[in-house]
Amino acid sequence: MEKLKGSIAIIKCLKEEGVKTIFGFPGGAVIDLYDDLYDSDITHVLVRHEQGAVHAADGFARVTGEVGVALLTSGPGATNGVTAIATAYMDSIPLVILTGQVPTPLIGNDAFQEVDIVGITRPCTKHNYLVSKAEDLVPTIREAFHIARTGRPGPVLIDLPKDIVASMVDFDEKKPIRMQNYQPTYEPHMGQIEKACKEILKAKRPVLYVGGGVILSDSNEELTELANKLKIPVTMTLMGLGGFPGRNDLSMGMLGMHGSYTANMAVAKSDLLIAVGARFDDRVTGRVDAFAPHAKIIHIDIDPTSISKNVAVDIPIVADCKHALIAMNNWFTTCGHNLEEVAATHAPWLETIADWTTKHPMAYLNEGEIIKPQYVVEKLDELTNGDAIITTEVGQNQMWAAQFYKFSKPRRLVTSGGLGTMGYGLPAAIGAKMAFPDAMVIDVAGDGSIQMNIQELATAKQYKCPVKICLLNNNYLGMVRQWQELFYDKRYAATVMEVTPDFVALAEAYGAVGLRATKTSEVESVIKEALSIDNVVLMDFRIAREEGVFPMVPAGKATTEMLLV
Amino acid sequence: MKHTISVLLQNKPGVLSRVTGLFSGRGFNIESLSVAETLDSTISCLTLVTSGDNAIIEQITKQLHKLIDVIKVTDISESEYVEREMVLIRVKAEASTRAEVLRVIDIFRGKVVDVSPKTYTVELTGSASKIQAVIDILRPIGIKEIVRTGTIAMARAPKK
Repeated sequence: MEKLKGSIAIIKCLKEEGVKTIFGFPGGAVIDLYDDLYDSDITHVLVRHEQGAVHAADGFARVTGEVGVALLTSGPGATNGVTAIATAYMDSIPLVILTGQVPTPLIGNDAFQEVDIVGITRPCTKHNYLVSKAEDLVPTIREAFHIARTGRPGPVLIDLPKDIVASMVDFDEKKPIRMQNYQPTYEPHMGQIEKACKEILKAKRPVLYVGGGVILSDSNEELTELANKLKIPVTMTLMGLGGFPGRNDLSMGMLGMHGSYTANMAVAKSDLLIAVGARFDDRVTGRVDAFAPHAKIIHIDIDPTSISKNVAVDIPIVADCKHALIAMNNWFTTCGHNLEEVAATHAPWLETIADWTTKHPMAYLNEGEIIKPQYVVEKLDELTNGDAIITTEVGQNQMWAAQFYKFSKPRRLVTSGGLGTMGYGLPAAIGAKMAFPDAMVIDVAGDGSIQMNIQELATAKQYKCPVKICLLNNNYLGMVRQWQELFYDKRYAATVMEVTPDFVALAEAYGAVGLRATKTSEVESVIKEALSIDNVVLMDFRIAREEGVFPMVPAGKATTEMLLV
Repeated sequence: MKHTISVLLQNKPGVLSRVTGLFSGRGFNIESLSVAETLDSTISCLTLVTSGDNAIIEQITKQLHKLIDVIKVTDISESEYVEREMVLIRVKAEASTRAEVLRVIDIFRGKVVDVSPKTYTVELTGSASKIQAVIDILRPIGIKEIVRTGTIAMARAPKK
């Protein structure tokens, strides 16, 4: 067994796990670790705020499928990361967050920059650790990576007291990790698969309802095979977008509060809902008792707690989506039924669906030279072939991006779904760009959200991350304003941004490029110019100020009670 | 409905707060809770009594199982089981009531563990309802202090 300095052992563990890039911000409690990182070939991205570090690691993880790593100091460093940790937790993103801690003899003494970060993050991490003994250091890091990336993924935090990081620790060879108390179920129960497949054969109006689990398990191909083979229409949650090609005829787009008319109607009228890696979130279901009222429900999820949590399920399948979908595809291949005939029986259903789309397509009213945000996103989609990595902030900008960008592939939409964290998009874009330097990465932003982590423009510049920011600027906190318009008598309490910076000048102050469009006719040329510049570019689109996101299902209503354009 | 759930967990710092945090964070209710080491000192056994309809109890057991430090979760009230609680009661025992207190304790098979000129401290074990019965009977005589444990429980061994 080798003896190594704690900080060296940590770096060795990171390399063992294939980590090449980490995101962080130094401080007194992690200075030893930084001292040894200085000599290592791991790229460290110095952010401008710890929230940005964890969001960037999260963006990195979402586009690569690997574990993202962030390094924060103790006390405020760690607490600044909490929002971003909760963001990753809600969306099941694999992260390992290393936080510094005061030396073990000082823990509990209210020492300088001491905080009980393990206590604080208990409800928003998949698991967390305080390493209290030197011999635990290496096994803890290995176990943390194992937990973060397996089962339903999630963030794992390791709190590292300064004296342990500076002490000599044991470093033995890595062995496969077996945990008596943690064994996620990957393989589906074949009896349940058969039951589910038989229901699918019987269904006249089936709908595939696809969530982030399909992205996390990389099962988009298996899903596409199932849908195409049996001609089952597909709707996706915000987290599931890209899990099925947006330009495929069977795609109905997103469902739920701001979902398409077609998707919400299809779910309401379906006789079989096949939920794959989705969790029946309130933004999807609306009023729960009116959600898919005529449908039997099949639910595939790796997390047993997701099943029958919000909606009672008829056929639960606890498994990794990929394994379950492979098993279903195999069952259909060998079941002896003529699948083309089965698919043909769905023709009337698909016609009904097509009629809904003809009657109420995703649409917006054109207002000549006043820029419509939907038009900007449409142009973005057109000029990047639906193939750019789109990160978003949270609010109207996020919903327009989800509605009008037709994601052709998984891991192309990087957005804070569960927690809805404003300020997510820019640091996440930096993380994505660090992972794929050749990819086009665009943050679709609003003027409210972008200001929550605008400081990361400096990070983007420092690491030559030429991300593009597509700012849909309406001088409002637009989503809340929309609710106030519709449900609070247009009383715009605290949603008017009376002072906003000159974003073009602000971009230039950071050494980025600022472009502005104030008329519809300027939109295309601004996007084209931005895409061609090898620098961070902020496009300031002055959009129709009071444009709303539609369709909209008011909170607590049935998803068929949509407000349309 | 009441359920008694037995949870085996890693005997490590912070594990109990993971369990209680789960209950408070998700709005589940804990009526009583008791925890101690098992024969294997690396593992603790936690018995908790909670209530809710079937869907809630299903979520509770699944959510408990999801905690990394939890090894096994059993809803032991689903089958035959034995449950016990213990109570220490300090009851007024003056000349006029000393004999009465002893008689009551004797009926409930309790014992006196501490005596002072004016009080007896008695120890009793039994189901929660038996403990409640003792308390109700001793209350008019004058209970000065009371400490109850949470319920501990064990499934009955198979008879075959």
